[in-house]
Amino acid sequence: MSRLSLSFLTPGGAYAGLHNYQSVVGSPDTFNPTCFEQGPPCGSLINNLIWTGLHLPLTLFMGLFLAVLLQNIRGASVVKSLVFLGMVTPLIVIGVVLRFILEAPIGLIPAFFGWLGVRSLAGNWLVTPSTLLLGLIFGTVWSWTGFSMIVYSAGLTTIPKDYFEAARVDGATEWQAFRKITWPLLRPITLVIVTMTLLWELKLFDIVIGATNSQGGVGGAADVLALQMYRYFFIIDYNSAAVVATLLTIFTLVVALGLFRRLLNVPSRRKRVRPARAARTAEPAPIGSEEKPTAATKGVT
Amino acid sequence: MSTPAAEGLPAPGTLRRRLRIRPRTVVVHVVAWAIGLAWALPFFGVAMVAFRPLGQTSLGWWHLSPFTVTFENFIAAWNNQGCPLSLGLRDSFLVALPATIIPMFIGALAGYGFARFHTATRDYIFLAVVLFMAVPQMMVAVPVYNLMIRLGLISSLLSLILLHSAWGIPWIILFMRNFYRTLPTEVEEAARVDGASDFKIFYKIVLPMSLPALAAIIVFQFMWVWNDFFFAQVLIQNPNWYLSTQCVPRLVGQFVRPYDLLSAGAILTMSVPVVIYVILQRFYIRGLIGWTIKG
Repeated sequence: MSRLSLSFLTPGGAYAGLHNYQSVVGSPDTFNPTCFEQGPPCGSLINNLIWTGLHLPLTLFMGLFLAVLLQNIRGASVVKSLVFLGMVTPLIVIGVVLRFILEAPIGLIPAFFGWLGVRSLAGNWLVTPSTLLLGLIFGTVWSWTGFSMIVYSAGLTTIPKDYFEAARVDGATEWQAFRKITWPLLRPITLVIVTMTLLWELKLFDIVIGATNSQGGVGGAADVLALQMYRYFFIIDYNSAAVVATLLTIFTLVVALGLFRRLLNVPSRRKRVRPARAARTAEPAPIGSEEKPTAATKGVT
Repeated sequence: MSTPAAEGLPAPGTLRRRLRIRPRTVVVHVVAWAIGLAWALPFFGVAMVAFRPLGQTSLGWWHLSPFTVTFENFIAAWNNQGCPLSLGLRDSFLVALPATIIPMFIGALAGYGFARFHTATRDYIFLAVVLFMAVPQMMVAVPVYNLMIRLGLISSLLSLILLHSAWGIPWIILFMRNFYRTLPTEVEEAARVDGASDFKIFYKIVLPMSLPALAAIIVFQFMWVWNDFFFAQVLIQNPNWYLSTQCVPRLVGQFVRPYDLLSAGAILTMSVPVVIYVILQRFYIRGLIGWTIKG
């Protein structure tokens, strides 16, 4: 709370209205529209948007793809552990590990592009503004996919096998079975993953420090809101830090609201909804509210 | 669903499918394993740099000749001048262990209260607790920093322990409440009939029954505290008490890239959560699922 009030005050403590917000949001550190013509840096707000726009669909897709792929694989738990390694590692270390992939000459990716003969991508990704953000985003996709994969895997185990048997008898192709059974039944899980991923993306910043520095890389090309707040904090500009933190909190609450509404309505809504749904479809309810506790308590593997 | 018919019909098909290995199965296995190995390749690369002299790997760790294994890099990172990882790892343990145990007990007790006892305001308090989970860390940084300065705890590990304990309690409450709701109440009722007090029931009956959930919490909370960078950066500003996650970026020079130090430091810092994950994987995933797909 003191945080919130801080964002409306001048450093001396006087009331400043929305002035702090104006100065922070108006600064090119936060929002730099010229980048659409001139290239990065775009400012932390736009970087956050780009990050979300690429990271969210990619991790969702990769996680679901891996979860479905690994359903009937021998040694799937080992493969899952390998993919999940990125989730267990501290994000700051992930950032450092990215140096070993993206920096020339030690990194695999510049060497690979050099081998292919693509000059523009054979340099040091982390000191080139145009590749820095992209490289970091792919790094986070790499590390976060383990999360969506594990949660999707847990969700897949709650789908009764009979559904697929029945679909096969009816002559459905695997793609049809996926479209008509797996995907709809996983929708509540997808909601959870989307929410958690968005929350994670918003507070992301240590990977940027690990891979570059606290300035957000060359020219701030990979600056994000959380990092900006961190920087303001360490140059003791608490008012600006408070503004950024308040913005972050607002975004977070907007994202989290959907999940919390679900979460908190579950006990009261369950009684009302279940008979209606049962009457409507005469089918066991999909993995909605009542099957989730089993996933929660049984876990996977 | 027409389950009886479904059970009857595909049986011959599935039998035949079991007996011979189809090429498609092989392809799927190869693809899956290739993806898994490719996913771990970056870590493998870092390990290759860490275990070999920098002279052999500075142009890429995939150059395999000459190949010698050395622990020099680890020793250098362990005794590094600016931020020795020996101290960093020690401090990380000193913070992570209490910051796991304290909130676990408080959260377990509170979660039990939310699951079993009915008061008029219970659901509203619970709502408030859960809402705390959504507050980003950045929001509390300045107030907590000021508070710790006033308490004279800044740059002491105790401040970090307190902050992480407070920060972990909401999700632990939520997790434990959901877990208790799956426990049958009969045992507790029987104990109550026998005259046991609420606390006695909790410590003698409920707590032992919830060991799997507590294990999940231990793994998850420990890893969270260990992997945290932000809170540590905010509260620990004395280089003598830097945690291991704080040390890692400090191994990077301004202009030079000490890849040998960096790789060894990265491996050392990530080794603790990775080892815990490998040993207690089951519990970790249970914690993660319980935390996200709440009941």
